[in-house]
Amino acid sequence: MNATAPDMAPQTTGSLLEVEHLTMRFGGLVAIDDVAFVAREREITGIIGPNGAGKTTLFNCITGFYKPTVGRLTLYSAGRPAFLLEQMAGYVIGQKARVARTFQNIRLFAGMSVLENLMVAQHNKLMLASGYTVLGLFGLPNYRRAEKAALEKAVYWLERVGLTDYADLSAGNLPYGAQRRLEISRAMCTDPVLLCLDEPAAGLNPRESAELNQLLMSIRDEFGIGLLLIEHDMSVVMGISDHIVVLDYGKKISDGTPAEVQRDPAVIRAYLGEEEKE
Amino acid sequence: MATMTIPAVKAAPTPMTVALKEAGMTAFVVFMLSFLMIGFESQATQGQPLGYVTRFGATAWGILLVPLGRIALVLDRYGQSMPSLIGGGLAFLYLAGGAVIALAFDVLVIPFNDYFGAAAGASGIPMPFADPIVDAIFGLGALYIVAMAIQTRRRAAHGELTLEERETKEERSSIRAKRLSLVLGPTLLVVAFVLPLTPLADRSLIGTLTLILTYVMLGWGLNIVVGLAGLLDLGYVAFYAVGAYTYAKLSLDLHLSFWASLPLAGMFAAFFGVMLGFPVLRLRGDYLAIVTLGFGEMVRIILINWQSFTGGPAGIGGIEKITFFGVPFERNPAEGTQSFHTLFGLEFSVMHRIVFLYYLILVLALVTNLFTIRLRRLPIGRAWEALREDETACRALGINPRNTKLTAFAMGAMFAGFAGSFFAVKQFFISPESFTFIESAVILAIVVLGGMGSQVGVALAAILLIGLPEVMRELSLYRMLAFGAVMILIMLWRPKGLLAHREPTILLHRGNGKPKKMGARA
Repeated sequence: MNATAPDMAPQTTGSLLEVEHLTMRFGGLVAIDDVAFVAREREITGIIGPNGAGKTTLFNCITGFYKPTVGRLTLYSAGRPAFLLEQMAGYVIGQKARVARTFQNIRLFAGMSVLENLMVAQHNKLMLASGYTVLGLFGLPNYRRAEKAALEKAVYWLERVGLTDYADLSAGNLPYGAQRRLEISRAMCTDPVLLCLDEPAAGLNPRESAELNQLLMSIRDEFGIGLLLIEHDMSVVMGISDHIVVLDYGKKISDGTPAEVQRDPAVIRAYLGEEEKE
Repeated sequence: MATMTIPAVKAAPTPMTVALKEAGMTAFVVFMLSFLMIGFESQATQGQPLGYVTRFGATAWGILLVPLGRIALVLDRYGQSMPSLIGGGLAFLYLAGGAVIALAFDVLVIPFNDYFGAAAGASGIPMPFADPIVDAIFGLGALYIVAMAIQTRRRAAHGELTLEERETKEERSSIRAKRLSLVLGPTLLVVAFVLPLTPLADRSLIGTLTLILTYVMLGWGLNIVVGLAGLLDLGYVAFYAVGAYTYAKLSLDLHLSFWASLPLAGMFAAFFGVMLGFPVLRLRGDYLAIVTLGFGEMVRIILINWQSFTGGPAGIGGIEKITFFGVPFERNPAEGTQSFHTLFGLEFSVMHRIVFLYYLILVLALVTNLFTIRLRRLPIGRAWEALREDETACRALGINPRNTKLTAFAMGAMFAGFAGSFFAVKQFFISPESFTFIESAVILAIVVLGGMGSQVGVALAAILLIGLPEVMRELSLYRMLAFGAVMILIMLWRPKGLLAHREPTILLHRGNGKPKKMGARA
């Protein structure tokens, strides 16, 4: 079944994100209850679970939109100090720790052009190059070089996701599937070490879904980053994940390779209900 | 056998019944609204208690005409456009035509009659209302009904627009707006530079143009905050006030020249922008608008009450006048010093100073414009626009929303500070009265009517909103009414503003115009 998993992905990889004792309470409601797992570099970690299992809440904790009630989220990446994500303010996680994400309901800059969306994603790099605007105002060569490089990167991603022809259109006018692809390429333009995708295949037709699988696997293999993937579409999750974490009612009920997870009675129970006793 | 009861299906009401029902309601509303306000006119005569005269005739006309219009509109809604077309057309011709004739009589005949001592009177055409202007307003209402009927007929002939057609229509209007801006921008610029040199330019024209340009500059400044960063600011005039008072205090207490104060006033206003920015960082939309409104009022009230520093309600007078880079515009310069006219060997004229002020605000406004255009193409400008589009996505991309918002507030406030200094040096008297909420509202209206983010649109809207009331002084009492009507008409006609067009800050396919059609995937 896991036929498409390429052999070139090294099997021995270091851990990228370590989640320990993560708990998120909203008043009396426990959305995530003492969850722990590890996401590794060069791996796609799928997070699945029935509706309301706490998957998106988990993402919001990792990307700093929520501050976890309890727990530790450590991001390790080569050549940099470890980051404790639970202690970082929202945007700093994107800026310093370089965790990028996409959203369940697409969040593009709808009124701006496709190309501009990808340029905004490289804001921090360009801001530095423009000397926090002061130098950029005078169009110094340093900034112009940086902008050219940013443009090249944007064009690379446009070609990669087949949006070159749409570059100057407003992002909001794109067809749905193209918006999904643009959101992923925008996240990639931030040079992330960990890319969190919240239901990227939602609303895509089977052909688009297959293209998405190819794109995600190629991102993993070429850029050597870790991917965290929430998905309901089992053909996507089982097809491309190296490792799957199953949540149910905020608790982790299973953790392993796709094959292991599929056999796990706890997972079957969560998805199909209790088997009737005879 | 049990009889089956079929629930009675209510027959769909005929268009005429619906129309009559709505007309009845409308008549009631008109009655309630107009009976007391229009039916009675209070009259104060010297030495007598307050009396009144009744004007039930006008009320009756209103109760008759407005429901008729309602019937026409309802029938039109059901696709029967003929009654509205004919009835509305006749009503328009009668009301508007009668009003025009009456006005013409007012202007042409009455002075003549007055001269000969004859009774002043109307044109002889029996009109519903005593005032031709009211007739004309009703006539415009009839015209609206006719326009609706024509639209209905056209739609019946061509069928409804599909989504795609509507999209291409929108695209076309955007392209038209772009072309118009490309022509209008340079034209306005040339006119602005040349006009004061033509014989047309008298003192009042230059004065009006200077006023318009001040608002153009304020509009461009506010455009950074509202149009680019999408932060609804209802207290923008506070920064204008800060700039004006900064220059006034610097010139009077520290004897700094205008040219030395200008950057300081801008910096100080920007500092105030940051001060406003900090508490409102978490607020969006309506909440932000309320807090900025409060901030604007706070600044004004401090200016009124801090008597010892700001002069209170009396304001500050005798502010240092503008100099030509240090050379004053004086008729009789002090012994041993130059004045503008002696320096250039000209005859003294007050126009020198006025025209110089005009060019000064023109240059200041253009600097604001160039600066904004440049900023838009820099990362900070793109971040502002991204923040307007989606703050959550900005956070996810690692953009610092706090700094981005604060810079937008600071930049917008800085230009208001420059404009404020200009205002102070032009008027050489300032008081809190010049910085009321209505000023903020007018500046915001300029930005919104112009088309958010469109530089030429803002200039056009400023010309309309500031220039029009000046031109319409003839209409005296009805001036503000007409002003409001113009604003409503613009919003109906162009909901996104006069020149709603957004040009991307960076293009991949330069020059080749339209990108390939959707669906032609690479």
